[in-house]
Amino acid sequence: MKTFKYMITDPVGIHARPAGNLVAEVKKYASKITITNAAGKSAPAGKLIQLMGLGVKQGEEITVTVEGEDEDTAATAIENYLKANL
Amino acid sequence: MEEKYTGKSIFKGVAIGRIMIYGKKEQPVKREKIEDTDAEVRRYEAAKEKAIADLGELYEDAVKKVGKDNAEIFNVHAMLLQDDDFNDSIHNMIESQKVNAEYAAAVTGENFSKMFAEMDDDYFKARSADMKDIAERLVKVLSGREDKTVFDQPVIIAADDLMPSETVQLDKDKVIAFVTRYGSSNSHTAILARTMNIPALINIPVDPSWDGQMAIVDGHTGTLYLDPEASTLAEEQKKLDQDLEQRRLLQELKGKPNVTLDGREINLFANIGGPKDLVSVLQNDAGGIGLFRSEFLYIGRDELPTEEEQFQAYKQVAETMAGRLVVIRTLDIGADKKADYLHLEPEANPALGFRAIRICLTRPEIFRTQLRALFRASAFGNIAIMYPMITSLEEIRQIREIADSVKKELDDAGVPYKKDIQQGIMIETPAAAIMTDVLAPEVDFFSIGTNDLTQYTLAMDRQNDKLDAFYQPHHPAILRLIQTTIENGHKGGAWVGICGELGADTTLTETFIQMGVDELSVSPAMVLPVREAIRKSHAKRV
Repeated sequence: MKTFKYMITDPVGIHARPAGNLVAEVKKYASKITITNAAGKSAPAGKLIQLMGLGVKQGEEITVTVEGEDEDTAATAIENYLKANL
Repeated sequence: MEEKYTGKSIFKGVAIGRIMIYGKKEQPVKREKIEDTDAEVRRYEAAKEKAIADLGELYEDAVKKVGKDNAEIFNVHAMLLQDDDFNDSIHNMIESQKVNAEYAAAVTGENFSKMFAEMDDDYFKARSADMKDIAERLVKVLSGREDKTVFDQPVIIAADDLMPSETVQLDKDKVIAFVTRYGSSNSHTAILARTMNIPALINIPVDPSWDGQMAIVDGHTGTLYLDPEASTLAEEQKKLDQDLEQRRLLQELKGKPNVTLDGREINLFANIGGPKDLVSVLQNDAGGIGLFRSEFLYIGRDELPTEEEQFQAYKQVAETMAGRLVVIRTLDIGADKKADYLHLEPEANPALGFRAIRICLTRPEIFRTQLRALFRASAFGNIAIMYPMITSLEEIRQIREIADSVKKELDDAGVPYKKDIQQGIMIETPAAAIMTDVLAPEVDFFSIGTNDLTQYTLAMDRQNDKLDAFYQPHHPAILRLIQTTIENGHKGGAWVGICGELGADTTLTETFIQMGVDELSVSPAMVLPVREAIRKSHAKRV
């Protein structure tokens, strides 16, 4: 299992469009990817509505956990996506 | 009978026309018992694919009409329709409760919509409309309903709320305003109103019986008038004409340089009274701020503003203007303005009394606090300092001495500030105007305050209406003083601007340019009319 933290810099937080693209990114990997917000609520990163339901705002630190056979590649890819888009 | 409702304006402007109640034509979705659940799930899946394909077309269409950013909503809807939780819920309802797909979609949409409605962030709250919208789209496809709303005359759209897909499908040429009961400044209605440049009000108790009534939407005051009286109509028509004129100017002149027909460029700045005016400065495309009155920090309170308070206010303006010049005028207060904590004694003649720089030089502790705040803020943008009510060289020397000692304090404490910050003076007394040849080498700029200069030169109180017959705003004495000030300023290496009301007098724009003025600073609403006048002027006398 791999875990990393990321601070959201997008002014609107994890909003619809980048969240949707994140879901598409996540679906490329076999690993189970989970995002936990600052309040400790978790959502599977492949589920758009739950992900938006976390209501993650700008400046909030999220924890991403990646578990599965391709977890190394998946974790790097997701971290890069977050840095570039959120 | 005229009726009046006040709501919250989310976009300014005036619209006059008939109301059209925009119903969702929502037919209640019936719950039906299904025998073959597998077939129903397949029917649902087919409808979903069709809905996603429709959204793709809507996206393409919306990109053309409202731009890529606003069209993005349809891509998001397509993604939401593919969400696992959403689909699982619908499948599950069809299979376990043996209900029709329409019903399963409507209930699921309602449930997810509630979840977002309960979130505390405005952006996420507004997503509840998206959930309802995608569910309704599914129901529409499933039940084979089509709705295209067409109207043959301009209308004010009134509704409880507008869904994103509805707002984009509206015929843009025919919609002149939006009025809704719900919604927020983040809602799609708001975004669309802004994109379309039409007034919009929310929090109005929209009633279906208003359909077809004459109405006025005033986005400046947040008011909706139903069945308006002739006098209201005339007043609002005037506002509408002004708006249209402003919009025409914006379209023609926004982003255009302030350059004369023969190629001379003039700086055109705005006068403001506080940070709240910044929006209109940017909207009207001013190139900087030529007069920022600092009095708002001092008036309407019980004690002097602290250095930190002032610093924050100046910094905010400097940062917002992002490198463009911001000329901040130091305290210009006198016995006629309310600031009881200064204990200024009543005076027989406040206009000629203990005010402005005279207070600052008598009570240097007040002055030093303001200067420290200004210098500190200068590290965050392009601030210039302007001193009001100057009459003599001695005053400038005293000011310079105080300013230099404040700078030294900051240097010693290692506080950053703009070392080459510009310092200039208002030319608003005849004494200063006449002495400009001596004053110019001491300062970086002059800004002519024509309101005071006129009243002091003509010895006429502008508030006294008995003097109307004598009052000549274009008196040759004033024009001569302005000419002298510009010439002497240039000789002594100072740039010269005009920040009084005359600066916005478009009948004088060409005269001022021919006199050699470098800058005009006017109220934000006058920026574009003056730009238009500059662009029609010749800098050289022909």
